[in-house]
Amino acid sequence: MDQELLLWMRGAGLQIASAVFVLGMSYRMLHLLMLGRKKSLAAARGSEWAGGLRTMWRRSFVLPRLSPRGKFTVVAGYLFHIGFFVTLFFLSQHIALFRAVFGFGWPALPRGAIDIAAVLSIAAMIALLAHRLVDPVKRLLSDFQDYLTWALSFLPLLTGFMLLREIGFEYVTLLTLHIASVELLLIVSPFTKLAHMFSTFIARWYNGAVNGFKGIQT
Amino acid sequence: MKEQETLEQRLSGQGVSRRAFLKFCAAMATMMALPPSSASAIATALAKAKRPSVIWLSFQECTGCTESLTRSHSPTLESLIFDMISLDYHHTLQAASGFAAEQARDDAMKAFYGQYLLLVDGSIPLKDGGVYSTIAGRTNLDMLEEAAKGAAAIIAVGSCAAFGGLPNAQPNPTGAVPVSDIVKDKLIVNISGCPPIPAVITGVLAHYLTFGELPALDELGRPKAFYGETIHDRCYRRPFYDQGKFAKTFDDEGARNGWCLYELGCKGPTTHNACATTKWNGGAGFPIEAGHGCIGCSEPKFWDAGSFYTPLSAPAADVTTVAQAAAVIGAGAAIALSAVDRAKKRKAQQAREKLTVEDLKGS
Amino acid sequence: MSLQDIHIKVADAHSVGNLDAILNEIATRLGDYVAGGETSLIDLKSLPFSADEYERLRAKLGRGEVTARLDSIGDSEIYETRFPGVWWVTHYNVEGDIVADLIEIASVPAIVHSQPEDVHIGLAHLRHILAHPASSDEVTK
Repeated sequence: MDQELLLWMRGAGLQIASAVFVLGMSYRMLHLLMLGRKKSLAAARGSEWAGGLRTMWRRSFVLPRLSPRGKFTVVAGYLFHIGFFVTLFFLSQHIALFRAVFGFGWPALPRGAIDIAAVLSIAAMIALLAHRLVDPVKRLLSDFQDYLTWALSFLPLLTGFMLLREIGFEYVTLLTLHIASVELLLIVSPFTKLAHMFSTFIARWYNGAVNGFKGIQT
Repeated sequence: MKEQETLEQRLSGQGVSRRAFLKFCAAMATMMALPPSSASAIATALAKAKRPSVIWLSFQECTGCTESLTRSHSPTLESLIFDMISLDYHHTLQAASGFAAEQARDDAMKAFYGQYLLLVDGSIPLKDGGVYSTIAGRTNLDMLEEAAKGAAAIIAVGSCAAFGGLPNAQPNPTGAVPVSDIVKDKLIVNISGCPPIPAVITGVLAHYLTFGELPALDELGRPKAFYGETIHDRCYRRPFYDQGKFAKTFDDEGARNGWCLYELGCKGPTTHNACATTKWNGGAGFPIEAGHGCIGCSEPKFWDAGSFYTPLSAPAADVTTVAQAAAVIGAGAAIALSAVDRAKKRKAQQAREKLTVEDLKGS
Repeated sequence: MSLQDIHIKVADAHSVGNLDAILNEIATRLGDYVAGGETSLIDLKSLPFSADEYERLRAKLGRGEVTARLDSIGDSEIYETRFPGVWWVTHYNVEGDIVADLIEIASVPAIVHSQPEDVHIGLAHLRHILAHPASSDEVTK
């Protein structure tokens, strides 16, 4: 594949994708926060912040209380997310990217660890898709955006895996595909449920705060 | 004009034994990156080979390619290749000069029309009628077009001739273009590199002399035998890459241990050349072995491909400033639109008719 | 700070993996030779060795009973390794650069054989000397 295309993707392409991502996410999150809540005229019965913070933490540990379907989704979901983050933040090549953009880096994990994390993440993603297609409730609830975001999150993992091992295509081609898949993910994220990457803990705080205010055990 | 005796006749006349000739063919097989068992086939073919006329035109170049070739190896073994060709014109290497030299070239081109090999190094400037590089008052463009007409094949030596090279880099003030931009009707072999590995130049010549045709080429016109793989594919430091062991600076512990130079900007993964196996300076080493990352000099437009020291995974443009600006704009838009939202809310509140007890009591 | 102050560290014996690969290749080809008499050549210049690995290959293969030297347009060093049938042939040019570096699986490397053309020329020359004894003191080539 063309070296000039690769150069564009690493240059202007990345600038465009980053701009859309940052602009979109910062707008969305700030706007969300500034929408505000209706002022409650009741007297506070408990602490908002205590409730908010507790919920942010405790919502991570709901597994025993879930149905079998829920259990599967959460376990596979954790595997995917943890594997994804380990690969994204602790592979040397990615840290070089962050160092170039942020001005600082951090120690990397050994390749062996990254390989395990990536494989688990890919396996979990495939399992999640299969479950979404096979389980009648999930299938009923799923729409185009669900499948789109699955593909956008899966492609960087797959192309990255292939790139590190030079499977199937030339390095230049694989690197171009990998960067393209990442840029696509960045551009589409702010407009989809993928914005949860920033809003999840904010949402948990809100839920906890509302309940904490009312004096409910969170 | 030069005689047309075969190589076998000439070597025998010089008292070179058949065994020595076989040693030479073994070296040629290695040089052409052919399987070593082909040495005997090479011997058979070469023994009957005639001496083709070779015209070497140097255009907008730094002479590095010629230097690479002549600096290359030995007087005797590789110069046998030059013994095997009749270098009828090379304005840097030849003894003749002035009109006599130009005349010799014209005569060779006439005598061997349709048969001579044309080697070109340097790019061809086109701006302002091509005046930025001339020889004996003639533009490079003119000389190339004339010489290309009677050439059996054209070999573009070095990245300048193959892809435009350094003169072609932004902003390209002389309008430099590669040979392939000018000659469209002849087969061009691009031996790229800045400079190319001398063994690659002689290897391609050897191939032509042995088999009477040019070697298989990739989509950029480079001989697959030498440019079929990337530096990364054959790099001896590959295990360090695979294990994630990278040098972070040029003199840290990792660098001293010979770890992978990816983070110091090595372009090995995206560069096709034979440096990792054929190496340089008679096999002494290559840039990565000396501790510096590959700069990708055999790929088109490598001068404009970003810093030599930016890793392939890092951006080739400023993303930080763009992201910062985007954050400011996004935040600004959020604040502005939230203000609009709030104003709307307030207006709606004010416009709201208050419910009174009378309304509740009444109809 | 002078050159002497720069600490020299000899690279660790990190295997590129080529050593095992090439030894396996040699074993396979030697097996083919034993089974069917098929001779073969391995071009060491086409493989990526680290300096350390190259020396370890030489040490692993060792030296056998026979060494030959070719003195023609540069030296060539030919020796049988400690594995009979496995020969190491290195061709040098007059400057001492390596122009070909081969492992040859054969009973004797092809380059060692006297070539028929050379034999013919030699025989003609010998007969000439016998026919003209007066010129036999000349240094010949």
